[in-house]
Amino acid sequence: MTEPVSIALLYPELLGTYGDGGNATVLAQRLRWRNIPAKVIDVHAGEPIPGGCQIYVMGGGEDAPQALAAQELRAGSALVDAVEGGAAVLAVCAGLQVLGQRFAGQDGKSHLGLGLLDCETHRDDGPRRIGEVVVAPDAELGLPDLTGYENHGGVTTLGPTARPLGQVVVGHGNAGGDGSEGIVNGRVVGTYLHGPVLARNPALADHLLSSVLGPLDPIDDPEVDALRKERLHAARHPHMHMPQLSSGWRRLLRGN
Amino acid sequence: MSDDCPAPPRARRTVCWVKMQPVELPLRTRVAAMAGRAIADASRWVGAGEGSVIGGRVTLAIDQRALELMAAGHQSVVVSGTNGKTTTNRLLAAALASRGPVSTNSAGANLIPGLVSSLFRGRAGAAVSLEVDEGHLAEAVAAVHPTAVVLLNLSRDQLDRFGEVRRHAADWRLALAASPATVVVANADDPLVTWAAGACQPATNGDRCGVTWVGTGQRWRADASACPNCGSRIRWSDDRSERGGVHWACSSCPLARPRPDAWLEGSDLVLADGRRFDIRLQLPGRVNVSNAAMAVAGAMALGVDPARAVRAMSRVRAVAGRYQVLNVSGSRVRLLLAKNPAGWAEALDLIRPPPTPVVIGINAGVADGRDPSWLWDVPFERLRGRVVVATGDRGRDLSVRLRYADVVHSYEHDYRKAVALAATGSGAKQPEIDFVANYTSFQDARRALTSSG
Ligand SMILES: [Zn+2]
Repeated sequence: MTEPVSIALLYPELLGTYGDGGNATVLAQRLRWRNIPAKVIDVHAGEPIPGGCQIYVMGGGEDAPQALAAQELRAGSALVDAVEGGAAVLAVCAGLQVLGQRFAGQDGKSHLGLGLLDCETHRDDGPRRIGEVVVAPDAELGLPDLTGYENHGGVTTLGPTARPLGQVVVGHGNAGGDGSEGIVNGRVVGTYLHGPVLARNPALADHLLSSVLGPLDPIDDPEVDALRKERLHAARHPHMHMPQLSSGWRRLLRGN
Repeated sequence: MSDDCPAPPRARRTVCWVKMQPVELPLRTRVAAMAGRAIADASRWVGAGEGSVIGGRVTLAIDQRALELMAAGHQSVVVSGTNGKTTTNRLLAAALASRGPVSTNSAGANLIPGLVSSLFRGRAGAAVSLEVDEGHLAEAVAAVHPTAVVLLNLSRDQLDRFGEVRRHAADWRLALAASPATVVVANADDPLVTWAAGACQPATNGDRCGVTWVGTGQRWRADASACPNCGSRIRWSDDRSERGGVHWACSSCPLARPRPDAWLEGSDLVLADGRRFDIRLQLPGRVNVSNAAMAVAGAMALGVDPARAVRAMSRVRAVAGRYQVLNVSGSRVRLLLAKNPAGWAEALDLIRPPPTPVVIGINAGVADGRDPSWLWDVPFERLRGRVVVATGDRGRDLSVRLRYADVVHSYEHDYRKAVALAATGSGAKQPEIDFVANYTSFQDARRALTSSG
């Protein structure tokens, strides 16, 4: 009996706003479909983070839960130790911000992050960045275009040692003025894409899995291929995917 | 909110039903109502929908206080919550109608203009039963001064995630505190609702204020893991069940499940004085029995005899097209609506067991929320082994979610073809099919499946 690969889902009740638990489901299922046993461990606030998991997943959340999550993470060294021990991390949205050096809270005050990623997040007065995103990933990652949905108020600037996950083709991403999206440091990947990101981008899921498990067999993904085609097209041609005007007007008049 | 959890006010079940005096409306309000009604009729006549929203807007443009003035002098009840508003309001209106005329927004237009237009045709002395969007309850209570409010539940919707839900609860709390004469009927099994309802202080004028706590046995807990009062964890004790539900309490402040004044034991609604009423509905599912329990308590707050209320509710067959059964090329298709993870958990309970095929429609229109990532919070794994067809504008997103849930399924964008596919998959000659959809997909499906062709 081989030990199942452990995927820790950190603080789902604090950082799980946009179906982020789905990323853990995707990772576990892609292993099971390859006959590799896998299990997802939910880690709730107030519980210690288990060492020895292969992958840690964090999602997005509102300001107050985000600050609470950062506080919990900084109280111990489990996540930093795990990364040093070779574990991979996927951090989405608020999760990305928490793993940086510093991030801004709702009061405008700056909070200390975990420092696993060389970036800082502040806020500007602009509207939240919401909508479909297409990203051309960093060539070294060898991934196809990434598709996702973003919804955040933060502006993330990368530090001198940071490498972005890719360049924004459609959408805002880090919104720091350099056109970058996300940030990668070894096996730690941060991104503003949810949707959840791994459901729409199985190549990124397999990239994370291979980074800790070595090469993996390919999987046929017909449903995902169809979705990717549709979403990439919708992002590049948004007008073609708006609800039809006539039914839109009908709905407006009916008030729903 | 930084005040301590108030102890839940003691319920007062004595209801003194004051006979309302009809109020003469000012000229301006009468003109505003006439204009709004005319526009609503015209809008309906040209086929642009119900017209209730545009009509209400016109009235409000002429007289900002129209809602307040038109509601004055009527006994009224306002129903709000994330899920079950339309059904509960429909049941409540049926109960009130057993006694006399009722004005209600049965089509679900639940923002302020919709409330206004539901009062256009209100007869003198008619009772008013209104469903109100949870984000507009405070505004509605301030204008309508309702006799009673019925607070169902609060969970995150697509459009408003966590932070918003907490904000709604805080708004409710303030609005109820400012309306001390309003009787509050609240779901004791929802911590957010309990916290929001606790704001009702004993009235200084008469004895009509109080909270009637109803034990509905609600099961959705994912959105109530943090105490709305202090942010600590809520603990649900699985072994201590009392008065129709499981006890819950905050781990660090006094907020806890209040002792219900009415609760469910199976399909029996039990009152604290020992009376029992068997709730038999033509609407399916446990969740509708809970809705009915809330509606009975709401009707009682307006002086309706509970036995009479239960009887009247048993005659309701469909609610704004929900639970309606359509004949589609020989298949009997039952339509169900589910808008958010809590609603989907209920819908998955409602659908009939295998071999009934299931068609699921997902859109991401403005009214649905443009981002369907919530699909990953729905336990679709429960559909494994069934005949399932994915449809809707975002059927592809659903298809991927189903794939990761190991639910073998087909995808078909066209609603009628999706139903045909499900019928074929079932192998039955005259198949029964459950069609579950989110908001705009439900409307699209209803339109597509009722049109001939
Ligand atoms: Zn508390």
